[in-house]
Amino acid sequence: MDRFIDDLPPMDLMRSEKMMFVQLIIPVESAQRAVSYLGELGLLQFRDLNSDKSPFQRTFVNQVKRCGEMSRKLRFFKEQINKAGLQSSVHPVSGPDLDLEELEIQLAEHEHELIETNSNSEKLRQTYNELLEFKMVLQKAGGFLVSSNGHAVAEETELSENVYSMNDYADTASLLEQDIRAGPSNQSGLRFISGIICKSKVLRFERMLFRATRGNMLFNQAPADEEIMDPVTAEMVEKTIFVVFFSGEQARTKILKICEAFGANCYPVSEDLTKQRQIIREVLSRLSELEATLDAGIRHRNKALTSIGFHLTKWMNMVRREKAVYDTLNMLNFDVTKKCLVGEGWCPIFAKAQIQEVLQRATFDSNSQVGTIFHVMDSMESPPTYFRTNRFTNAFQEIVDAYGVARYQEANPAVYAVITFPFLFAVMFGDWGHGICLLLGALVLIAQERKLSNQKLGSFMEMLFGGRYVLLLMSLFSIYCGLIYNEFFSVPFHIFGGSAYRCRDTTCSDAYTAGLVKYREPYPFGVDPSWRGSRSELPFLNSLKMKMSILLGVTQMNLGIILSYFDARFFGSSLDIRQESEVILYLGARYQFVPQLIFLNSLFGYLSLLIIIKWCTGSQADLYHILLLLLATVAVPWMLFPKPFILRKLHTERFQGRTYGILGTSEMDLEVEPDSARQHHEDFNFSEIFVHQMIHSIEFVLGAVSNTASYLRLWALSLAHSELSTVFYEKVLLLAWGYDNLVIRLVGLAVFAFATAFILLMMETLSAFLHALRLHWVEFQNKFYHGDGYKFRPFSFALINDEED
Amino acid sequence: MYGFEAMTFNIHGGYLEAIVRGYRAGLLTAADYNNLCQCETLDDIKMHLSATEYGPYLQNEPSPLHTTTIVEKCTLKLVDEYKHMLCQATEPLSTFLEYITYGHMIDNVVLIVTGTLHERDVQELLEKCHPLGMFDSIATLAVAQNMRELYRLVLVDTPLAPYFSECITSEDLDDMNIEIMRNTLYKAYLEDFYKFCQKLGGATAEIMSDLLAFEADRRAVNITINSIGTELTRDDRRKLYSNFGLLYPYGHEELAVCEDIDQVRGVMEKYPPYQSIFSKLSYGESQMLDKAFYEEEVKRLCLAFEQQFHYGVFFAYMRLREQEIRNLMWISECVAQNQKSRVHDSVVFIF
Repeated sequence: MDRFIDDLPPMDLMRSEKMMFVQLIIPVESAQRAVSYLGELGLLQFRDLNSDKSPFQRTFVNQVKRCGEMSRKLRFFKEQINKAGLQSSVHPVSGPDLDLEELEIQLAEHEHELIETNSNSEKLRQTYNELLEFKMVLQKAGGFLVSSNGHAVAEETELSENVYSMNDYADTASLLEQDIRAGPSNQSGLRFISGIICKSKVLRFERMLFRATRGNMLFNQAPADEEIMDPVTAEMVEKTIFVVFFSGEQARTKILKICEAFGANCYPVSEDLTKQRQIIREVLSRLSELEATLDAGIRHRNKALTSIGFHLTKWMNMVRREKAVYDTLNMLNFDVTKKCLVGEGWCPIFAKAQIQEVLQRATFDSNSQVGTIFHVMDSMESPPTYFRTNRFTNAFQEIVDAYGVARYQEANPAVYAVITFPFLFAVMFGDWGHGICLLLGALVLIAQERKLSNQKLGSFMEMLFGGRYVLLLMSLFSIYCGLIYNEFFSVPFHIFGGSAYRCRDTTCSDAYTAGLVKYREPYPFGVDPSWRGSRSELPFLNSLKMKMSILLGVTQMNLGIILSYFDARFFGSSLDIRQESEVILYLGARYQFVPQLIFLNSLFGYLSLLIIIKWCTGSQADLYHILLLLLATVAVPWMLFPKPFILRKLHTERFQGRTYGILGTSEMDLEVEPDSARQHHEDFNFSEIFVHQMIHSIEFVLGAVSNTASYLRLWALSLAHSELSTVFYEKVLLLAWGYDNLVIRLVGLAVFAFATAFILLMMETLSAFLHALRLHWVEFQNKFYHGDGYKFRPFSFALINDEED
Repeated sequence: MYGFEAMTFNIHGGYLEAIVRGYRAGLLTAADYNNLCQCETLDDIKMHLSATEYGPYLQNEPSPLHTTTIVEKCTLKLVDEYKHMLCQATEPLSTFLEYITYGHMIDNVVLIVTGTLHERDVQELLEKCHPLGMFDSIATLAVAQNMRELYRLVLVDTPLAPYFSECITSEDLDDMNIEIMRNTLYKAYLEDFYKFCQKLGGATAEIMSDLLAFEADRRAVNITINSIGTELTRDDRRKLYSNFGLLYPYGHEELAVCEDIDQVRGVMEKYPPYQSIFSKLSYGESQMLDKAFYEEEVKRLCLAFEQQFHYGVFFAYMRLREQEIRNLMWISECVAQNQKSRVHDSVVFIF
């Protein structure tokens, strides 16, 4: 037996990669290059040796700061490019390779240039805005003056009406011109201030003016025709032109102060019409000049930005990499001579040659006299878990990791999940019509794989895309299970030949009450299509699905227990295990395996056996076999008692020769004699282990019952799914089809399509997925999986780029 | 309703309480302060802060930093958080949150009025205002010549209007007047806030009355110390004390007649909670009093988080953040002016 197990071929995904703890001693001159080469390789996880130091006390803090400053500049460029509405090119052009210093200088130049042009164009924009506002004030306020002067003698009520009817007056203004020139407004002691203000502030502005002058003023306003660009934020602002009439010097200073406080720009408007026209002409000519200058400025700026945009992506990547390199270098320590950097980290054993090759290349490329020293060390920490996955297995590994990352070298449930997960899903989602829909979706995702993987997706699409191969297998298995259940949107099909049953009479009216008669050989594959809607349908399907759930559950749980044995064997025999107490626990697990297997199988294994016998022969056996019950009763104390005692015996045996404890545990001793002393020395506490064991045994005994019952969810969800699809098919589609009316039929079809797409395909998929997830995480994995490891996170540029994007 | 907040509080307040407790978890810790105190330049401070919640606010600042930029950005974060909470809040929490800003509003009004009195540029003054205390027509304050105008033109629209009832005079504004106005407003504000919290009842009333009483007492002490040797009469001084708090009413009577700092000390030492504050100071010293009060306040504010289902946490959080920003400002100033030995003089550690 043992030999047989040892001879089994090793499975790639079953155990995580063997890791080793390595130390690097890199000469300072080649350190930067070496680390960046390692980043490209991406197979070494550095350990932070300076975790007690704050970020600005580390060695390469200045470089990190410089990188931070450069990325700030790059962000500034990006923002400017976006603001200008330009597209930064996604495909980086191959420019000359710069080193960091050159790039820094270039970036500083570009930034300086950009800021200067920005401030110039801001100033220009400011003057332009002022002129534009002046023009608008002149045009609109001229209208007010015309109208108010015309009615200077009129009653105040009429004046206020002007506010509302001002547009009409603006049109007729030219006609009234001749009359107005006669009476200048100063005669009535009335003076005015005209200006322009943000539209949002008008109401408060008016109220404030009213209060400050105690109502002795007249406020006229008109919306500006054009929006004005705010020079700083480059947003378009709506403005309103106003003219305030008032009398008195005191009021004037007050109003001016209020204007200032509200950020309203005041422009003088001459009452003399010829003068006004002249000014307008001047303003217009200067406006067009300024416009040309502004345009030229913007064109120049956009050109500069486009040229930056070409390199932007490349530069950003470069700065990001450099920053990552320096962040990593900050994790390293200086050695005593200050000429070398010492780094520690984890790498998979297979990568040793690659890493050495890379380090040699770095030494060579940086013309260093001394090579990098790379050697394996011993570590007390448990190594990180690293599975080499491909795009197919990755999603399944993610499903397992979502529960907990496997302990180092622990049996990996993802290996089995590749098949069991989609299969359990399909048991709940058995419908080959729905399966085909899912399959199409999965195939579209897979066909577009190359395109979609480069694209940034929404969180939902991202999830769907990540699980495309899971989806593919799920759909394939649902088609398979659907064929067994003979469900196609709840319509039965005669695919594998004719049905074995027929009705009792020609009307078939008693199919539900009396049942059908069998008249030939059974239907060759799956459920007989004639049963749909007959008396035997539900009892048969329920019994089938229920028993199948139990069978699947017992099988999967047995697999879990067997895996716990494999783990125990693996860890118990492996010599390079570091923590002795752990070895003992795994040794103990070997003694638990037999009673666990006996307990589960004497109760539920026997049940499964009976199910199969009944399916094959049709005979009903006694459910309770007294011998098996006895066995189960014996298995419980067997599970509980021997392990703690065996553990205690093993412990005393192991430490027999070591009555004298290890005294010198300083760092030096550990360095000298790594093999003997670096183990974690834990006290053996018998009562603690016994209590622990008791909890475990109780959990297992109760769990055996409740977990088996839990697998019945397979039956429940499958039943729910088929009933739901029956309801939508019969009560919606067939009902609507019964009417001889196109509208009703279309409505029925639409409702059916929506229900199928959203309820059956989306919600039911989700719920079946979640239940399959639960069955794996809880019922299967609690038999063997610890899941308390940590993931291998190598220093890798590829990963950094992914994170940033 | 006292004792039954747990049943209903979470309907409206639960989400925001969670938010504010999350914010509070982002306050700088003692380890952060330790690191900050070791900084050599402002860039180091920026670098350290970029690892905290202030990171996003500081990351786009170009390198020669100034203390003002750091403070401005940190305040911006506080304002953003406050606005977020205010947007989500329902009555009466939204009113409660608004009450928190009235103190800043009073300070801003006083700042602008004093500034215009000394003929400063309004824009420059506006930049100095605390963003939490901004209101629409604040810039118009410069127009007013006396209290009456100030009220009639501008403040009548603001929530501060009711507090003005006591200080409407036609006197022209001068420094003394303004200072009295500030304290009268503050008194009215604290009393109003106190009343509002009492109306809310439950744990909010209990905790806030403690915090506000402390605030009122501290103001009373400060007013007394600052008015020693000025022309303020005893009665006027008495009028500026808020009508609640631990010192009310007997302590106020005694404070009103104090003539020097040691008399104040004598009065305050009769009250056990304040005894510890004054026992830290040597006789005749008032420099460190502010810090001692701040430390006591921070301690009380932190305690507010120990209880659940009340609004005191919002007040406490805002105050703690403000204290943190004051700390950052002090540290930055010390670093910028190469006075690192004085860093610990005024930094109040929050945890």
